[in-house]
Amino acid sequence: MGADKVIEVRHLSKAFGKHVVLKDIDFTVSSGDVTCIIGASGSGKSTLLRCINMLETPTTGEILFHEKNITDRGVNVPQYRSKVGMVFQQFNLFNNMTVLENCMVGQTKVLKKKKEEAHKSAMYYLEKVGMAPYINARPRQISGGQKQRVAIARALAMEPEVLLFDEPTSALDPQMVGEVLEVMRTLAKEGLTMIIVTHEMAFARDVSSHVVFMADGIIEEEGTPEQLFGSPKKAKTQEFLSRFRNG
Amino acid sequence: MPTDFFGGVVTVFQEYGVSMLEGAVASLRIAMVGTIVGCLIGFAVGLVQTIPVTDKDNPVKRAVLWAVKLVLNVYVEFFRGTPMMAQAMFIYYGLLPLLGLRLTIWQAAYFILSINTGAYMAETVRGGILSIDSGQTEGAMAIGMNHVQTMLYVILPQALRNIMPQIGNNLIINIKDSCVLSVIGVAELLYKTKAAAGALYKNFETYTIAMIIYFIMTFTCSRILRWLENRMDGSDNYDLATTDTLAHTSGMYRYQEKKGDEG
Repeated sequence: MGADKVIEVRHLSKAFGKHVVLKDIDFTVSSGDVTCIIGASGSGKSTLLRCINMLETPTTGEILFHEKNITDRGVNVPQYRSKVGMVFQQFNLFNNMTVLENCMVGQTKVLKKKKEEAHKSAMYYLEKVGMAPYINARPRQISGGQKQRVAIARALAMEPEVLLFDEPTSALDPQMVGEVLEVMRTLAKEGLTMIIVTHEMAFARDVSSHVVFMADGIIEEEGTPEQLFGSPKKAKTQEFLSRFRNG
Repeated sequence: MPTDFFGGVVTVFQEYGVSMLEGAVASLRIAMVGTIVGCLIGFAVGLVQTIPVTDKDNPVKRAVLWAVKLVLNVYVEFFRGTPMMAQAMFIYYGLLPLLGLRLTIWQAAYFILSINTGAYMAETVRGGILSIDSGQTEGAMAIGMNHVQTMLYVILPQALRNIMPQIGNNLIINIKDSCVLSVIGVAELLYKTKAAAGALYKNFETYTIAMIIYFIMTFTCSRILRWLENRMDGSDNYDLATTDTLAHTSGMYRYQEKKGDEG
């Protein structure tokens, strides 16, 4: 493990009112890691991911980005977010813009890039996800899988250090799941650092370098995919994975 | 002088048509200015009212925001809750002399209609902003936009589209309700109509003309706004862009090849 740590989560807890969703979470993501977070619905996976991007404010604990605590007061959160991309379950493409504009607006307004430059890199990433022909379409005119691929291109166009995926295929029908996972596989091969919350077990097993299993707001078990899927130690992990193995 | 109805209409129009049309232009002018300025006020107020406040913000910022929001709320409630005619009298004959301010009748008219429309628009804009799915905000924040950028580039354009029907409503109401401002002596259409009707003793005919002019104005405006809405929606179709020259059929066009560091 010689790679530098990009994100470290230390003693992170999150409560909505009295309802505790995350309890004392610790984990580390190094450069080039593909970390998959698996677990049942309601186990806190998405909340953890949203905390990492500060879309939810952690109740206690720290999130270190290159050893700088971003939960501190006075930290420029928008600037941090521009370096940590996020892909949502519901895509969240900007409905008032075309596909191309969706991939350019962050570059021109946040990164203050020139239009030509932004156009160039938007086209590069749209081509990568196979959506270049659709630059003039609006989000309402394309399918779910296509939307998600555009959303990935939008996030990539910001050239983030880490890309977070919050159940990127859960809102898609089976046919479209494949096209999105294919894009993500390519990104993993290219060495992009990714944290992926997913229900696609086969994908998690094949792609990830590290798997985290969450249950009831804590990290129940973590390890390499071989360890976790091959010989899970905890009872909860075994029970959760048995459905996947038999199914 | 003809005695039948249509003859009467023609007579009134011949004698007072120009005067009434001048009044109509005045009505339209006040309504336009009032609606546009009112929308700007409404956007400003609606924007401030939707600024999110969290416990993490510093106390000074929270206190200032709280005070500003309170003042804006009072403004909105007061101007929505009292008749514009009373406001016009109150402001023009009472408040302005009291403060030693001198406004022309026109300036006063613009002012009163603008702040009135602003009060209604503030709530409309707030509703428009709330109607946009929170996912849009999250999407914008996730690529590093701050609150102002998120509003400016993502939320407001969509909110504006959603409240266009309400802006049209306000414009039409303003064209008609500008007549209320005749109480402070603004020579708009109804003011001129009253004068014409009184001079010729032809109420029915004169008001018929007034009604027709009002209807033409409002109907034209509502059609123009509908057209604007359709334009904002953009085309229902899109062209596929491709560099593949073999697939160069209808509905496709070649985009400039501007690839990055590939090959």
